[in-house]
Amino acid sequence: MLSKRIIPCLDVKDGRTVKGVNFVDLKDAGDPVALAAQYAQQGADELVFLDITATHERRDTTIDMVKAVARELNIPFTIGGGISSVANAEALLNAGADKISINSAAVRNPALIEELAKAFGVQFVVLAVDTKYTGGKNLVHLNGGRLATELETETWIKQAEELGAGEILLTSMDHDGTKQGFDCSLLDKICRSINIPVIASGGAGTTAHFTEVFTQTAVDAALAASVFHFGEIAIPDLKQELNKHGIPVRL
Amino acid sequence: MIGIVNYGAGNIFSLTSALQRLQLAYGMVDTEADLDKYSHIIIPGVGHAGTAMKKLEQTGLVEPLKKLRKPVLGICVGMQLLTRHSEEGDADMMNIFPLETKLFDKEKHIKIPHMGWNNVNFKNNLLFEGVENQTQFYFVHSYFIEYNPIFDIATVDYGVQFSAAIQKDNFYAVQFHPEKSGAAGERLLKNFSTITP
Repeated sequence: MLSKRIIPCLDVKDGRTVKGVNFVDLKDAGDPVALAAQYAQQGADELVFLDITATHERRDTTIDMVKAVARELNIPFTIGGGISSVANAEALLNAGADKISINSAAVRNPALIEELAKAFGVQFVVLAVDTKYTGGKNLVHLNGGRLATELETETWIKQAEELGAGEILLTSMDHDGTKQGFDCSLLDKICRSINIPVIASGGAGTTAHFTEVFTQTAVDAALAASVFHFGEIAIPDLKQELNKHGIPVRL
Repeated sequence: MIGIVNYGAGNIFSLTSALQRLQLAYGMVDTEADLDKYSHIIIPGVGHAGTAMKKLEQTGLVEPLKKLRKPVLGICVGMQLLTRHSEEGDADMMNIFPLETKLFDKEKHIKIPHMGWNNVNFKNNLLFEGVENQTQFYFVHSYFIEYNPIFDIATVDYGVQFSAAIQKDNFYAVQFHPEKSGAAGERLLKNFSTITP
């Protein structure tokens, strides 16, 4: 049976992981390779790196980081952030990334999804969507949720599936950072309207929240950052808990 | 030493990295003459099977590969290339295995691509030595190889039961990605490297 995936998300800047990662036995919490290896060892099924490097000149450091991670990591990983062309994506593919995630660039230029899917296959293209409930509607937001668009989340995701997105990473900005649980009602609605895998993101605070999202919706994976980084939830414990509830996981 | 068929179908950095971690020496196969340099051959592949077959044909390696008597391992699209035909691009493949590569049927209420870790149920085979049955491997694909008991050495369920691994004489192939399947995947690559013709 296909397992539900648990995905830690790491923010990287200039080739280093940022945002307080608090692993006790890690000498250098900024080293993405060591951190990735630690997560793989704990039983993470996949990793997502979100590159927040501001300048284009520094993107070479990102490529080097992706290579270093790919050399050591024996599980799949996705890299997102600042990818706006087939050339950007190809450099990351050749550096060993399994998937890339695109967000704002796809909203500005939906054809990019199609170009990437044609060039590298749908399995390589993750569409990341930041959504926020505004004026009675779930609307797509850009720039980390700061910029609202008029695009309805469900409409955009359906369009992206048709264009060739292979997976959706849906982050609820209303739930992100609250630690009050995933947006199960929206995730359920989205899962029912498309036929590609969905990663739930935003709101994880306890193991019960993961159980909830996997029992109440058909999402394929759940992503979180701080609860894993600060050791609030240990992945082996989380998986045992999910297993107890009859949710298929890789133990 | 392992030779990797270098025909331009997708990135092989993850595969070469896995071989490096396992301290298995490898090189690239670009021409027919290169095939003689290696004891084992891996045919990798991601992306579109029809396109991959065209690229492989352009290298002139199809017939020499079919004649090989040394162990050969096809991975993912590299596996699909060994079948008779793929529905992806309605393309004729190498026909080492008289099997069809088919598109998943979304009417079975499954999401496509089949992406993630799935339990593999294997038969007694050198490739899986030291791996526990029902171990999960990492899959990512939209097309699958029909189950045929003659060639099947491992099955997996996703809407249908299909072949996760097949074997015919010296030809082995796996649908999942051993280079991305944790310790079990690394063990499988190591096992392949020790198979004798």
